[in-house]
Amino acid sequence: MKVAVTAQGPGLEAEVDSRFGRCTYFVIKEMVTGEVETVANEPGTSGAGIEAAQLLARAGVEAVITGHLGPKAGRALAAAGIAAYQHTGGTVAGAFAALEAGELAPIGNPV
Amino acid sequence: MLQIAVASGKGGTGKTTVATNLALALAGEGPVQFLDCDVEEPNAHLFLHPALGEEEAVTIPVPAVEEGQCTACGRCAEVCAFNAIAVLAGHVLTFPELCHGCGGCTLLCPEGALREEKRKIGIVQGGQRGELVFVQGKLEIGAALAPPVVEAVRAKEQGMGTVIIDAAPGTSCPVVAAIRDVDFCLLVTEPTPFGLHDLDLAARLVAELGVPAGVILNRAGEGDELVEEYCQRQGLPLLLKIPFSRNLAAIYAQGKVLVEELPQWREVFLNLGREIGRRVGR
Repeated sequence: MKVAVTAQGPGLEAEVDSRFGRCTYFVIKEMVTGEVETVANEPGTSGAGIEAAQLLARAGVEAVITGHLGPKAGRALAAAGIAAYQHTGGTVAGAFAALEAGELAPIGNPV
Repeated sequence: MLQIAVASGKGGTGKTTVATNLALALAGEGPVQFLDCDVEEPNAHLFLHPALGEEEAVTIPVPAVEEGQCTACGRCAEVCAFNAIAVLAGHVLTFPELCHGCGGCTLLCPEGALREEKRKIGIVQGGQRGELVFVQGKLEIGAALAPPVVEAVRAKEQGMGTVIIDAAPGTSCPVVAAIRDVDFCLLVTEPTPFGLHDLDLAARLVAELGVPAGVILNRAGEGDELVEEYCQRQGLPLLLKIPFSRNLAAIYAQGKVLVEELPQWREVFLNLGREIGRRVGR
């Protein structure tokens, strides 16, 4: 299962970016194998959250950890079947660890 | 026909004051039409008090999906510059509030699975105040796409006499829609660093659009040289100064117009109209 964290930089030691659609990078980890990749996020002027949801869907991501989720991004993630978990601050590695420890609450998908 | 737009970089400099007074001063001289193209906040009616007619809906075409025909190929999402349509897990998702109504997705869908529906984004409303013909546009609450509403107002241009267009502040798309192809644009500013800064933006916009322009300095008195020097440097005519005066502000605050309260101002605005006519060769 692939999980993405919104990040301010590449790799596990980067700080978490609390923005979803306009985060700088997605750090994606295959939770079983531990393999990590970083994808740059370069949204356009409109609908950044929707664009980011499509990017994650194409990358085969099944869950995302981020700070905040707008209503349109929430709708797009829900349609893609991608779960969202709330987490701010700290490193990307810390965010993955918190998810694995069952400490993160899902972000409700607003209609 | 002579189209005069009234614009400003900075908000609150006196566009509507200038536009309404100019329109009323000229209304005695021949057919005049007033178009309130500040559709996010149309307020000229507060000063002109027109008898308003029926509201006409302004719509844009937005895509609707025929699920049966869609193969989720993703072409629609790929061509949409605004992410108003997305393809996720085999389904098309539309976000009408982001759609600019360009029709690209419907046109390029290889399956013919999209059709267009009308989405109301605003209204256009006509009216009359004495001899003055009035039209205003109003963007729907929650809608963000002002230019089609501005264009719908401008589609009502009467094609004769003088047309006065009150534009939105700033230099973005709604302003471009309001002043594109007009004969002359008045740029209203105030003698402050903010006023000057935003006047420069507006002056560059009209230059880019090839629209001849002149400046009106409102609340004049202190710091005028800022704007005067700028106009001189840029070769922009400074056509009128309206002094910073408690009396003028009080008339404005009561929803009244200078040309009706103070006869000397009728002459001032008539002369302004004539000067613009001369400058565009009418």
